[in-house]
Amino acid sequence: MTLYFTTDHEWVAVDGSVDGADQPATGTVGVTDYAQGQLGDVVFVEVPAAGTTVTKGAAAAVVESVKAASEVYSPVSGAVTEANAALEAEPALVNTDPEGRGWFFKLTLTQPDELAGLMDKAAYKTFVASL
Amino acid sequence: MNPDQPDLTLPLDGLHRSLGARMVSFAGYAMPIQYTDGIIAEHQWTRSHAGLFDVSHMGQLTLAANADAALEALLPGDITALAEGALRYSLLLNDQGGIRDDLIVTRRADDLHVVVNGATKAADLAHFRAAGLDVRHHDDLALLAVQGPAAVTALDQLVPGVAALRFLRAAAFAWDGIDLWISRSGYTGEDGFEVSLPAAGAEAFARTLLAHPEVKPVGLGARDSLRLEAGLPLYGHDLTPETTPIEAGLAFAVSKRRRTEGGFPGAARILAELAEGPVRRRVGLAIDGRQPVREGAAVIVDDVVAGLVTSGGFGPALGSPIAMAYVPTAAATAGTRLQVEVRGRRLDATVVPMPFFPKSYVREGTRA
Repeated sequence: MTLYFTTDHEWVAVDGSVDGADQPATGTVGVTDYAQGQLGDVVFVEVPAAGTTVTKGAAAAVVESVKAASEVYSPVSGAVTEANAALEAEPALVNTDPEGRGWFFKLTLTQPDELAGLMDKAAYKTFVASL
Repeated sequence: MNPDQPDLTLPLDGLHRSLGARMVSFAGYAMPIQYTDGIIAEHQWTRSHAGLFDVSHMGQLTLAANADAALEALLPGDITALAEGALRYSLLLNDQGGIRDDLIVTRRADDLHVVVNGATKAADLAHFRAAGLDVRHHDDLALLAVQGPAAVTALDQLVPGVAALRFLRAAAFAWDGIDLWISRSGYTGEDGFEVSLPAAGAEAFARTLLAHPEVKPVGLGARDSLRLEAGLPLYGHDLTPETTPIEAGLAFAVSKRRRTEGGFPGAARILAELAEGPVRRRVGLAIDGRQPVREGAAVIVDDVVAGLVTSGGFGPALGSPIAMAYVPTAAATAGTRLQVEVRGRRLDATVVPMPFFPKSYVREGTRA
């Protein structure tokens, strides 16, 4: 599993082949700890249903805090295979465990080469420190 | 606000930052939206203990004590009969009876103290002056609110005697050589106080209050969720130049004498709406499920867009989403089922009485 990050503070954890071999690459998407801190107390999350097609950089989910609604962009393009049902009952998982149990959705990547444009953990850490 | 204009700083800017506040731009000022605990914790703390709010962005104005009659030409409240030390909530109206701002007028021994919204204070000052009123703007004063069930004991320790004030009453006090003007009032639905004091002394006073174990700093985020739960309208959102006091459910702000005499802007329309009812009303909505609805969302009655949400969010003390909306009078009865459209989906909702969360004011006639 390899972790990638966007400048919009989403992460995607990718399993499988990213170079077009037999097994298609799959990923799990969520928002980073920095993002949850900026969002504040999360009270509702709208995640894309299984079967939905998502596009890199386009709105894929919506996070509602007490104060406002914020869009979450998909870090990569693909087909959603599973939405995190636990967020329905416990949206605060996004605050308490953003890079674990607070994941948003799983997908099959359709453009694995998009990963080349994302940051690794060290680069993201440097990016956040620069903000 | 003008995005090209840098934010002004509040007298307590340094204190907010030292307390770990997240600062945002609001009404032209850099203001704390939340501190380290977050909006929900700050909201709940205010409901159970006491929150300290810096609302120094609001405009503090004074008029001569004998300007009461002239002021009545701009608003529908009875100001001439206002007793010394009494507050009155009122509304600056335009000629169509729409609301230019909401404000509090207090009669003091030597003047009338007027508190207006931060975002509208420049326009209000111009409006007062255009009406020939000699108004002073006291931008050298800070305004702090202490709100919650523990506010009275915490503040009375610092300023003995404030516990004797009742809701919408005010008096002069002092602390450590600093003059304070304190009213029992607020914008949270809780018992509490608002303290007007010289900006130069505000940080020392705030730090001393914050040293009390029951008092924590609370930001604008929780101020908004608290007032929403209390059913209190927010100017620029729930009240606008296009809404009248009667539509907004603020008929109480049209004083009895003024109903007979008129003589305020838009009186013909407002008095007609009082007699016959307005075409639409501000209502509270309880939203089914957990998804909040926000300002601007369409309200759908019988499959037709019939109104708009003007404030919406999550009520932390209620644990559910709530909103204020304007709907046709026929749909304004408590219990009416309707829908709110959010991102193309329709959420079911019910018209409910406000406040959503019961108020805890300590009114005249209550014992200390």
